[in-house]
Amino acid sequence: MRRFSWFNATSLTLGFAFLYLPMLILIIYSFNESRLVTVWAGFSTKWYGELFQNEAFLDAAWVTVKVAFWSSTFATVLGTMAAYVLVRGGRFLGRTLFSGMIYAPLVMPEVITGLSLLLLFIAIGMDRGVMTIVLAHTTFSMCYVSVVVSSRLASFDRSVEEAALDLGCSPFDAFRLVTLPIIAPAVISGWLLAFTLSLDDLVIASFTSGPSSTTLPIRIFSAVRLGVTPEINALSTIMIGIVTVGVVTASLVSKRTMTHRAADERKAEQNDKL
Amino acid sequence: MPVNEQNVFAPWEDPKAKPLIKFENVTKRFGDFVAIDDLTLDIYAEEFFALLGPSGCGKTTMMRMLAGFENTSSGKISIDGVDVGGVPPNKRAVNMMFQSYALFPHLTVYENIAFGLKRSKMPKDEIAARVDEMLRLTRLEKLARRKPHQVSGGQRQRIALARSLAKAPKLLLLDEPLGALDKKLRQDTQFELMDIQEKTGTTFVIVTHDQEEAMTVASRIAVMDEGRIVQIETPARIYETPNSVYVADFIGDVNIIEGNVSPQDGGVHHIDWAEGQSPIIAHADPSIANGTRGFFAIRPEKVAISAERPADRANAFQGKVLDIAYLGNVSTYHVALPTGNIVKAQATNSRRLSRRDITWEDTVWLSWTDTAGIILTQ
Repeated sequence: MRRFSWFNATSLTLGFAFLYLPMLILIIYSFNESRLVTVWAGFSTKWYGELFQNEAFLDAAWVTVKVAFWSSTFATVLGTMAAYVLVRGGRFLGRTLFSGMIYAPLVMPEVITGLSLLLLFIAIGMDRGVMTIVLAHTTFSMCYVSVVVSSRLASFDRSVEEAALDLGCSPFDAFRLVTLPIIAPAVISGWLLAFTLSLDDLVIASFTSGPSSTTLPIRIFSAVRLGVTPEINALSTIMIGIVTVGVVTASLVSKRTMTHRAADERKAEQNDKL
Repeated sequence: MPVNEQNVFAPWEDPKAKPLIKFENVTKRFGDFVAIDDLTLDIYAEEFFALLGPSGCGKTTMMRMLAGFENTSSGKISIDGVDVGGVPPNKRAVNMMFQSYALFPHLTVYENIAFGLKRSKMPKDEIAARVDEMLRLTRLEKLARRKPHQVSGGQRQRIALARSLAKAPKLLLLDEPLGALDKKLRQDTQFELMDIQEKTGTTFVIVTHDQEEAMTVASRIAVMDEGRIVQIETPARIYETPNSVYVADFIGDVNIIEGNVSPQDGGVHHIDWAEGQSPIIAHADPSIANGTRGFFAIRPEKVAISAERPADRANAFQGKVLDIAYLGNVSTYHVALPTGNIVKAQATNSRRLSRRDITWEDTVWLSWTDTAGIILTQ
């Protein structure tokens, strides 16, 4: 055991406080009785009840989930394809240009992405709605998926794919039966990443949304402009809760898998005499 | 199976035998780098053929061209009389066992072995029977339901072998198949491989950099260097009659002494190798022209070491023991001659170590007969 050190304890406390104190305050005030956000008037869950009566918020939440689901799905398909071409395609003409253009949205200011998409949709006469947000989110989250998937592709033994070809698979079958199952964890985390990015995007969504398709971040933002209400605190607390449960579950599952795998491998080496 | 007079498997000596694999003037370039340089080679059915050479000599490229993962830059490769240029790997009756084994981590041992069979539209019950047969052949019956990460390295090697043999290919390619195993397991597995090759009658082409492994398993060995084949022969002939200093040095241990060759009567040659020393006497057939610069090559185990000068040996030289490498069963003596040359002599330790009569700094005699070594001219 390390010895207790005041320096470590202080920096740890300060660090955690800096990161999580704001959220903690938000959660506490979501259980506030009073309508005034900054005055504590006793514990209550009534704002949660009110939240679920609020049609506008529920509609916005539904739109957001729909947009996030479809855009992350499209982004995953396109991003995986792009990653596969970049990692496995060898040196084809225009490869550098292609990879540069795939990764450009990572550094592109969101305002510019949003504005240019808006101009495009107007130019081709596309009515703004759920569809346009899905398209916009797909464009900017695709590059994240592609980064995640290509790092997995680059690290796995290419001869596994060659073995599939060697055993009679067409290149497409080799991808479907061997490559995809192996990179599945990366594809899933790419999808989750794209989903989260889409969930909390405000800037691009506000450029590309129409009157009937307000997403939750836009709804929250416009509500806050009229003053923070305890309802919004309650909504944010629910979102924090969902994310926390998701992250904790994911890390527990992956830790469990890893310990199981290590135990299996140890056992296998001992059983060599079988 | 074509046989010669001694009833030994040697189709390469039978002019009527048709090779299974033909490389005709094959060249492979990667950019400016020439990986395979105008190579012509025949490999016969049911051979266990070893491609041996240091890394970067082109042996893996040859194997990948046979499997269909690389195309030739020029020249022709045919398998069973069919030109395979442009035929993709999934359309070739060739299977490969990869150096990394390349097992499918998400499938069980059983599914790994069945993978190739399922692609070939074989009826379900036949697939099951074939997989069971492969599991029996490689002694993996108990592990059929496990995943690759749940078995040991040696077992993974056997799964890879079973998987590549399941489709009963005409030709099985093995890329450094035993490289990942420890020495003891490797030796056992070498015999297992030979046994399986005999049982299935499949033609095996193995790539290795381990000369001992090639010597043990192969019917013929091709020693490669920089994209060319230096010599193709049976293991015994490669060892006893290498055609160049490169091969002699690559396979096993050898003493090389450089000198001027002068032919005498009856196939005997003298090699003048140092001022004031009597020439080395050695047989050579065919005869070598007078004054040729040559290399006398002799294996350490063919050099006898003794305290007294032996009476009946054609060659005997005096020197001082510089070093002794004790390997248990044999000892290698490094003996410095007065000329500065160091000659290695190997002796079997048939007596206990405590009764060994030669030790460091002793003056000893090295001797060999006139047929023990050979003269190389390149």
